[in-house]
Parts: sequence; C-alpha cells; structure tokens
Amino acid sequence: MSEPVLQVRRLNVGFASRGRVTPAVRDLSFSVKAGETLAIVGESGSGKSLTAFALLGLVPPPGVVSGEAIALEGRNLIGLPEKRLREVRGARIAMIFQEPMTALNPVLTIGEQIMEVILEHERVSPRAAKARALELLAQVRIPDAERRFHDYPHRLSGGMRQRVVIAMALACAPAVLVADEPTTALDVTIQAQILDLIDTLKREHGTAVVLITHDLGVVAEHADRVLVLYAGRKVEERAARDLFAAPLHPYTRGLIAARPRLGGRGAVRARLTEIPGTVPGLAAMPDGCAFAPRCPVAEAACTLALPPLVPAGTGSVACLRVGDIHAAEPERLSVVHA
Amino acid sequence: MSLITLAAPTPHAAPRSGFLWRLLRRPSGVVGLLLLAAIIAVAASAPLLYPDDPLDMVAQPFLWPGQDAAYPLGTDMMGRDIASGIFHGARVSLLIGAVAASVSLLIGTATGALAGYYGGRTDAALMRVTELFQTIPPFLFALAIVAILQPSIPTITLAIGITAWPSLARLVRAEVLKLRNGELVQASIALGAGDLRIIVLHILPNTLAPIIVSASILVASAILTESSLAFLGLGDPNVVSWGGMVGAGREVLRTDWYIATLPGLAIVVAVLALNLLGDGLNDALDPKGERRA
Repeated sequence: MSEPVLQVRRLNVGFASRGRVTPAVRDLSFSVKAGETLAIVGESGSGKSLTAFALLGLVPPPGVVSGEAIALEGRNLIGLPEKRLREVRGARIAMIFQEPMTALNPVLTIGEQIMEVILEHERVSPRAAKARALELLAQVRIPDAERRFHDYPHRLSGGMRQRVVIAMALACAPAVLVADEPTTALDVTIQAQILDLIDTLKREHGTAVVLITHDLGVVAEHADRVLVLYAGRKVEERAARDLFAAPLHPYTRGLIAARPRLGGRGAVRARLTEIPGTVPGLAAMPDGCAFAPRCPVAEAACTLALPPLVPAGTGSVACLRVGDIHAAEPERLSVVHA
Repeated sequence: MSLITLAAPTPHAAPRSGFLWRLLRRPSGVVGLLLLAAIIAVAASAPLLYPDDPLDMVAQPFLWPGQDAAYPLGTDMMGRDIASGIFHGARVSLLIGAVAASVSLLIGTATGALAGYYGGRTDAALMRVTELFQTIPPFLFALAIVAILQPSIPTITLAIGITAWPSLARLVRAEVLKLRNGELVQASIALGAGDLRIIVLHILPNTLAPIIVSASILVASAILTESSLAFLGLGDPNVVSWGGMVGAGREVLRTDWYIATLPGLAIVVAVLALNLLGDGLNDALDPKGERRA
C-alpha cells in the first residue's frame, strides 16, 4: 500500500491555565493513506473535534499543541510558523465544518467564495479561477452551476450550502480533508447524499479523509478504519468491518450497543442499552484506564496503571481485559449493561 | 489584491434591490432621503443661482424676507443676501460633514477592526487610546485643535474627523468580536485565508449595517459641530457657513430674528434629514425589522 499522507505521532493537546496544562488529547497517534477514510468517534468531550482543529493548527489559545509530529506529506505541521501554515491550509489540508450556514459569507456569492480560495493559493487568472469554480460546483453535483454561481448563500438549502463548503474545501485538491461532523446540521435524507458525495470525491481525487463523528451509523457505511477516542486517548483502532463485527474494547462495545437500530435482528424493540456514568473531567482523570469507573468488566488492575495499546487483528486496542473477554465469552459482552 | 468587488450588480443581487425597497417603504427613510436630496440640490445649484460671493454686500441691510422680491430671504445687517448665504453654506456644511465623517469612519473602523480581530495586547492598547479620546469632550477637543491650527476648511474638517471616531471604534470592535470567533472566520482560516483578507472580505462587509447607520449620524454631528465652531467665530472666515450666519445674527436676535433663524432652520433640516435617513437605514438593514414593518 502507499505511504500515509498524514501521520500523527504522539499528539498532545491541552489547555493552559495558571501555569498548568490540563491535557485534553493525549499521546494520540494515527495515520491516513491517500483515498482512505479514517473515522474518529467518541462522545462529546472525548477530544475528537480538538484533534481535528489541531490537524490544521487551528487550536485557539489557551489551547496548547505539542507532540512528536503531525506529518502532512512529510512536513511536520507542529511548530510551523503561521505564515507557512497558511500556505498549507486550504491547499494541502482542508476542513469541512458542522454548520454550512455559518461557514459561508452571506455577502459574497458562492462563486466568489470558491474563487477566493483558488486565488488565495494559486497564481491563476480570475478567468481560470472562475472556470475551476464552475467545474467544482458541477463536481459537487450542484445543478445549473452557471446560474448558481451568482447566488448568495441564503438562496441555497442546507444541503446545497454544505456542497458549496465541500467545493471550497476541495478547490485546491488537498491531500487531506478533515470533516468535523459534516452532516450533523442536515436532514437525514441529505446526510446520506453528502456522505456519498464525499466518498465519490475521495475516490476521484485520492483524498485522505478524516471523518470526525459521533454517529456510528455514518462510520459503519463510510469509514475504512475507525479510531475510538475516550477521554482524549485512543482506546481502539481497527478496520471498520472488524470493529463492527467484533468490537474489542468494552467502551466500543458500549457505543455499538447504545446505537438505535431500525428493524434489526429481532423484531422485538429492545430497550437501548446505555453506558452508565459520564466521561471523567479533564482535571480529574483517574490513574488507570479512564473508562474503568464505567466499565462492566473492570477489575482492580484496571485502576492502577494505564493499559497499553496492544496490536489486535487489523489494529490495536488498549484494554487489560481484552484477552480474558475474548477467551471467556465474546457474546456476553455484546450487552454491556443490562 | 482582491479581484472580487463587493458590490455585485448581477441580476441575482436580490438583497440589494430589496434593500432599497425596504428603505423606501419606511417614512423616515423616504423623508430623510428626500430632504437630503433637496439639500444636495441646493448645494449643487448655488454657483448657478448665486454666482457672486455670498459675502458681498449687495443691498441695503435689514431687508426682511419678502420685502424685496430680488432677495426673497432678506439681507443681514451687512446687506448680504441671506438666500445666497444659505445656498453656499450648504456646500460648506455638506463638504465638511462628508469629509469629516469619512475621516472618522476610517479611523474608527480601522481601530475597531484591528482591536476586535487581534484582541489581547493590540486590543488593550487601541482601546486605551480610544478611551483617552473619549475622556475629552469631543467638541472642546475640536475647538482646541481649530484654535491652535487657525480656522480653515481643512483644519476644521480634520479637527471634527479626529475627535468623532471613538464611539464608532467601540461599535465596530464589538461587531468584529462577535464574528471573530464565529465559524465563518474559522472556516476562512482553515482554507488558508490571511488576516487582512479575512478582515476586509469576511468581517467588515458583515458589519456594514451598523457602520452605514452610524455614518449618517456622523455626518449629521459633523455638520452640527462645524456650525457650533462657526457660531463661536471659529469658522473659516473666507467662506459663508450656516453656523457663522447664526453667530452673526445673534447680535440682532431681538429685533431682526430672521437673520439667525433662517440659517438655523437650514441646520435643523440637514441634521434632521441625516438622522431620519440613519433611522430608515437602521430598519432597512436589520433583517429582524422585517416583521415590525
């Protein structure tokens, strides 16, 4: 397989206050290859959005980003001066935001906004930029692009706006596209269209996609690999197919069990299982496994030391009990909390 | 350089035509616009209707309005034609009002935008300077500047311009702060846009509504300040000004009150026009105003 275009090694993001740094994302490592979709999932507060922002060097103060590397096509973005970062953003790595309504400028036409991005990064004539912008509008399947080019964002529906945002993000054919919950603000029917569009464009351009989401349904259909974040740490990362077929970490199992399903195996509408408790606060992280207080299979050892990430099948998992669980009875854990 | 112009007169530019329509649907907007147009017409026609120097003595003094058909608004105690003075005075008032307001607009918008966008120390430093200006009463400040620099149209304009901007700076700063942390700016940064481009292209156009409204008020207050300066004898002595005419007429206010009153009315109409226009603009530019209309 090809070399990964984005390689994150031991990324740490924290918030500085009163001389101390409270960590929010810890020792996170992952990589994405061209044409691959990596989904980062987790609850609110797990650090998934913060990770997305860190990839583009967008973590606002008092946030502090440190670590070994965020290597984008071999160039380390950590510690890169703002001016250099600006050349990379939008050109080699781009981001799609949650709210297509607020991410577009209401006083510029959508065509002008797409042209802006092209003109910012490339020395091309406005005429060439306009031709490219029209092409992009067609690529994101906006009907009647020629006419829509002159429309202001308020004349478009939410789904159409998100298509424009995607067109802007892909204007300079970036190597990596970070999508931070790109469909959360959209209707369910539109969600699928937008995700399919991202899939298609990813295949056409060979873009690596980092999909940030809390929606496991989205992950199951669109991700190649899944990284599960819990309290700022990676607890499991595996090929999507394997992860859904046999989740290893008790937290992953909980997430999958807590997902509502239409139809499903049994016709009986079972109560949704939930994961008891909440994610521990950043300042009050337990010593051992952060999930231990909520974990149905935790034992004393779990609360003593941080479980290391160990290779497991197509990826890795960080759980002391994973061997025992597997040996004992895999089915038992499909329902984490009865 | 941005190659994209902000005013895009395309057939799809519905918000623009809609805006003018919204302005004209409001009585304050219509009346303000009409009055302002009348004043501009008066100023423009002054050299045609009254080609002579309005400071020349043309008839016997103290002609009351209507007493002599050649001088419909009468003459003052020096025998100067009051109608000619009002026509030529409109030029001075509008010129000083517009230029001084532009100076204020430039300083205020730049200060507010930089302070709001960069925050931190830049913000603190710029806001301290703004507060420094706010602690000095603007009129006294302008008075002092004109007194030191000798009264002339450029110095008066400058004095008004550099004393009237602090409130605008605060307004712009607040608006910019609101947008600064919004998703639009974040998305622009994520796409590699630079600070200047973000401010000029994405932030300022979205704060235009309050800026336009305060611009009309700034023009009005600049006209008032100029009149007050002229009233106190600190107008340009070589040109006629409404405030100067009121100041001169003050001495004979008890007997020949029309000499001070007529130019005074001109000031009232001009300031009223601009305030009404500002009011109308405020309603027309506020999307939430749609329901109130």
